[in-house]
Amino acid sequence: MSVLVYTESEEGKFKKIALEAVSYAKGIADSLSTSVTAITINGEESNELGNYGASKVLQVSNDKLQNFNAQGFADVIAQAAKQENAQVVIISSSANSKYLAPLLAVNLEAGFVPNVVDLPLSTSPFKVTSSVFSNKALAETEITTNIKLIGLAKNAYGLKENETSLTAEDFSPNLADEDFNTTVASVEKASDKVTIADAEVVVSGGRGLKGPENWGMIEELADVLGAATACSKPVSDLGWRPHSEHVGQTGKPVSSNLYIAIGISGAIQHLAGVNSSKVKVVINNDPEAPFFKAAEYGIVGDAFEVVPQLIEKLKEFKSNNA
Amino acid sequence: MKILVCISHVPDTTSKINFTEGDTKFDTNGVQFVINPNDEFGLTRAMWFKEKQGASVHVINVGGPETEPTLRKALAIGADEAIRVNTVASDGYYVAKQIANVVKEGGYDLVIGGRESIDYNGGMVPGMVAKLIKANFVNMCIGLDIDGNNATASREIDGGKENINTSLPLVVGGQKGIVQESDLRIPNMRGIMQARSKPLHLKEPIETNSETQISSFTKPEAKGAVKLVDNVDELISLLHNEAKVI
Ligand SMILES: Cc1cc2nc3c(=O)[nH]c(=O)nc-3n(C[C@H](O)[C@H](O)[C@H](O)COP(=O)(O)OP(=O)(O)OC[C@H]3O[C@@H](n4cnc5c(N)ncnc54)[C@H](O)[C@@H]3O)c2cc1C
Ligand SMILES: Nc1ncnc2c1ncn2[C@@H]1O[C@H](COP(=O)(O)O)[C@@H](O)[C@H]1O
Repeated sequence: MSVLVYTESEEGKFKKIALEAVSYAKGIADSLSTSVTAITINGEESNELGNYGASKVLQVSNDKLQNFNAQGFADVIAQAAKQENAQVVIISSSANSKYLAPLLAVNLEAGFVPNVVDLPLSTSPFKVTSSVFSNKALAETEITTNIKLIGLAKNAYGLKENETSLTAEDFSPNLADEDFNTTVASVEKASDKVTIADAEVVVSGGRGLKGPENWGMIEELADVLGAATACSKPVSDLGWRPHSEHVGQTGKPVSSNLYIAIGISGAIQHLAGVNSSKVKVVINNDPEAPFFKAAEYGIVGDAFEVVPQLIEKLKEFKSNNA
Repeated sequence: MKILVCISHVPDTTSKINFTEGDTKFDTNGVQFVINPNDEFGLTRAMWFKEKQGASVHVINVGGPETEPTLRKALAIGADEAIRVNTVASDGYYVAKQIANVVKEGGYDLVIGGRESIDYNGGMVPGMVAKLIKANFVNMCIGLDIDGNNATASREIDGGKENINTSLPLVVGGQKGIVQESDLRIPNMRGIMQARSKPLHLKEPIETNSETQISSFTKPEAKGAVKLVDNVDELISLLHNEAKVI
């Protein structure tokens, strides 16, 4: 018996969500009196996983798995879960994990609960809490299958260090032809930009910014904070910003540590997608804007005055705290 | 080409979320139900395949009689036929098994669902269907073309997009981008009239199990009031010392 955790990496380096997933897996393994096995496809320096509680890591390196492929990756994780006799399998909530999750669930005949926000309420029966209705409610769900598949919500559990002695093993999965029926022909990606999914801080602009020509200050603010840029739906519908920046219920979800909303009214569909961010700051010239009710901090003021000041003061702050 | 579009019947995005029966059931009182937005984008792409490539388009919902107005709306938008599997959608796996069965019986080449339904946010039904019927699968699909047996699709990834080659039979999880917002269609009077006489088939569910069961709901704790500050120095200091996020 064990708890298996899929640890995602990019260019060999483990993502923060992978370390968070290991921390969480350790929490579950403790309550089941078992240990954590991590599986990595192309991840390097897996020693790091031992800092968060993994006692074994299965390393897969296979040329055919250089690029993400949901069917192939799901197949590899399923084979590892079977070898390790895993009772619980943990994945993150990244776009790739969400893609492979349903394939993995069917393969393992595992009941799947996504967006899980905390350790299980009980392990027998196995009950977890997850976020539903776009963060407007929490559900308690019992998983009744032998193997349980859990999708951990980003930033819900956090990193917990747990020094554990780690052994590494190579793992060679049996890959089938069907694993490669879906192939990536090309990728279009701005490689130098922080992505909304990975960012600790997201700076977002709404229709209050009047036009695409005013996004210079949004980008500069994001630059100072090492943040990703995002926008409200009308801004991307109007073509001021690319669709990939649209956040909210029908756009990308945001669960960053800090979300700064500038000139965004705070419509219910926008809030649904950003509410799981820890700290929300609103800059809006209308004190009645609904976003203030959903925020931790706010400045009532004109974005065109406040944002340049904020950039300047943050630069000072950063150089004093460097 | 035979296309099946999966339609999830969900509360409108502005709905108040409340629960009844000791917090075990979603309270539908006063709630307006709509076609899941992700499914509406997919349905609209299916209409394009119908008009440009002569595809036939069926829509399916796994649910009780209360979902029929939503299926009728899909017919009014232009789907040819609707299927309702008459049962309670107890979990994602159960729904996927029902849809997979209909796909096998109906010989569909392409199944279009949504990235997730906006109520339970499962994000699992289309992928499970794909695995159950051994079809290819593209999730978070923001572009789809079919040429004979070949399909090219784009998928949204963190920070960009990926262009994918695959083939039929195929299942996609769609979202905005598979068509644009401006391509969405509001049913007109003629469509609504026609929808009344289009077939809506009732099917009994196949016997299968659920794998998960929701026992209760809670609402997140109300958050404290916003702290309004009047200068950026104070904001920076609070973010650094109090919230500890910079
Ligand atoms: C089915 C459906 C799904 C939707 N999904 C989403 C979604 O996923 N994401 C999303 O964002 N929206 C979504 N919407 C749209 C949503 O309802 C709102 O229309 C939208 O979020 C409003 O965008 P906004 O706040 O940028 O613009 P507005 O509502 O126009 O607000 C602009 C704000 O800027 C402020 N402002 C103006 N000038 C200044 C200034 N100089 N300085 C500071 N502030 C200023 C104004 O006071 C106002 O509050 C959806 C709608 C529907 C019907
Ligand atoms: N009860 C249902 N009937 C038909 N299709 C559904 C149903 N539930 C989910 N789907 C489809 O599966 C997609 C993802 O749903 P979910 O896995 O519930 O988030 C939806 O966008 C629909 O296309």
